Amino acid sequence: MVIVGAGLAGLTVAETLRAEGYAGPITLLGDEPHGPYHRPPLSKGYLLGETQEAQLVMRAPELLAKKNITLKVGTGVTAIDRAAQRISLADGSTLDYDGLALCTGSRLRPLPLAGADARGVFGLRSLADSRAIAAALETARNVVVIGGGFIGLEVASAARKKDKAVTVLEAADRLMARVVAPLISRFYLDLHSGHGVDVVLGAMVSELVVADGHIAAVKTKDGREFPADLLVVGIGILPNAEIAQAAGVECSGGIVVDACSRTSDPAIVAAGDCTARRMADGTFRRLESVQNAVEQGKSAAAALLGRDREFNAAPWFWSDQYDVKLQMVGLTAGFDQVVTRGEPKGNKFSTFYYKGGKLIAIDSLNQPAEHLTGRKLLDKGVSPTPEQAADIAFALAGLLG
Amino acid sequence: MPKVTYIEPGGDEVQIDVPVGWSVMQAAMSNGVEGIEAECGGSCACATCHCYVEGELAAAVPAAAEGELAMLGNVVSERKSNSRLSCQIKMTPELEGLVVRFPDAQS
Ligand SMILES: Cc1cc2nc3c(=O)[nH]c(=O)nc-3n(C[C@H](O)[C@H](O)[C@H](O)COP(=O)(O)OP(=O)(O)OC[C@H]3O[C@@H](n4cnc5c(N)ncnc54)[C@H](O)[C@@H]3O)c2cc1C
Ligand code: FES
Repeated sequence: MVIVGAGLAGLTVAETLRAEGYAGPITLLGDEPHGPYHRPPLSKGYLLGETQEAQLVMRAPELLAKKNITLKVGTGVTAIDRAAQRISLADGSTLDYDGLALCTGSRLRPLPLAGADARGVFGLRSLADSRAIAAALETARNVVVIGGGFIGLEVASAARKKDKAVTVLEAADRLMARVVAPLISRFYLDLHSGHGVDVVLGAMVSELVVADGHIAAVKTKDGREFPADLLVVGIGILPNAEIAQAAGVECSGGIVVDACSRTSDPAIVAAGDCTARRMADGTFRRLESVQNAVEQGKSAAAALLGRDREFNAAPWFWSDQYDVKLQMVGLTAGFDQVVTRGEPKGNKFSTFYYKGGKLIAIDSLNQPAEHLTGRKLLDKGVSPTPEQAADIAFALAGLLG
Repeated sequence: MPKVTYIEPGGDEVQIDVPVGWSVMQAAMSNGVEGIEAECGGSCACATCHCYVEGELAAAVPAAAEGELAMLGNVVSERKSNSRLSCQIKMTPELEGLVVRFPDAQS
């Protein structure tokens, strides 16, 4: 069995294969210089120097060796020959497979502007990126973040904790617009403004001003100019689907998989950020989360062993900004009713999203117990009425029986 | 550095010097202790770093906060009175000699 990509999804495939009793050779190939590590802290504790590199390690090499999983780092896979069931590596060598798992993750969406490669301009995906931003933060005075999504806002929060002047430029008319309701966007706007971040909504970035090869300022269409000696671009990611696509594996904004992580090729599975899952209604769902990498990884391993394991749990995700923990479960797309439970002023509340009278998602702020109850409600398809959800005296857990 | 003894699901004991400020989970991960998955990397979001704190020092470990208590409701192995999430136990000099046991299953 060969796994391409030594991130969370790839590691999960490898370990699940072993846990499920597969005794043959497992090779885990990754193009980064290190073995699997945790990415979420890269925009949180690691940027602040609270977390050291050694604390990000997901599995010590000795443990993988003990499980007889061969990890090869610094090894990029360049092509797949599906007819011969063989992959090519960057060093020119090849490797045969019986089963292949593609867990190649995603990469940063580039900013299509001149100057995006200037010194002082960063994206945040890898440990190397985070290390570079942390170093630049030491001396930076004016930090500009392009993109008011989770990662951009987490970076803004870290930079404020380091007492930098921080500006967030977001093109949409509210923060995290892709995922949360206007009420939550508003809460985060106030949260960041309250911490001294200059959040600019509807900001169309038009030009990067570079001086002596280093970023100096960011200009927006309306003629404003924001001085910057550190620019972090967080405008989303692109799935790493190229090697699959070139080999003729079906792709549609990601490597297409079913609920059991199977691709269009029976010998190939895929898991994590690189996938686009075909849903029952024919649409494709892309998730970029720890849970998705783990769940799809487990399904992918099962599929390689000829078993069906559907990933049906409600999607969940979290984001830490300042002292507020946002935990989300379900998908908000298409909601037609929002109910608030708790008191937004107290930084402790949840919003319940409904579609056609049915609960589809919950966002919780500093309400871990409610988030977990929510996961169980959505997993079981139990829908409290909007009145019950809004009534803090009503025990939602009671509905779980 | 304070020493922590980890008991793996198979019964093997591993002693590790854990730097002050690290979590019990992080030291287990970077030293290859078996019996822990820690999918979320210590964000108190996955409940796959479940451990049982054994012995007298259990009382010396600061009590679990609200988020950990909630997440402990999601562990797959039996939740006992000494159940904790190892990512939420930060090493301090007072915890020298701590003993934690990992359950048979984390997910
Ligand atoms: C800064 C940051 C913060 C985040 N915070 C959160 C959070 O709070 N909560 C949450 O749920 N999720 C968070 N995420 C998202 C989460 O980390 C990802 O969804 C998860 O890492 C996806 O795992 P993966 O294994 O699919 O991909 P990755 O972790 O990207 O791993 C893929 C690996 O494959 C390698 N690779 C790619 N192509 C090849 C090739 N051809 N040959 C060999 N190797 C290859 C890549 O270099 C990479 O190492 C965050 C991500 C980032 C970057
Ligand atoms: S590592 Fe996820 S809850 Fe501890």
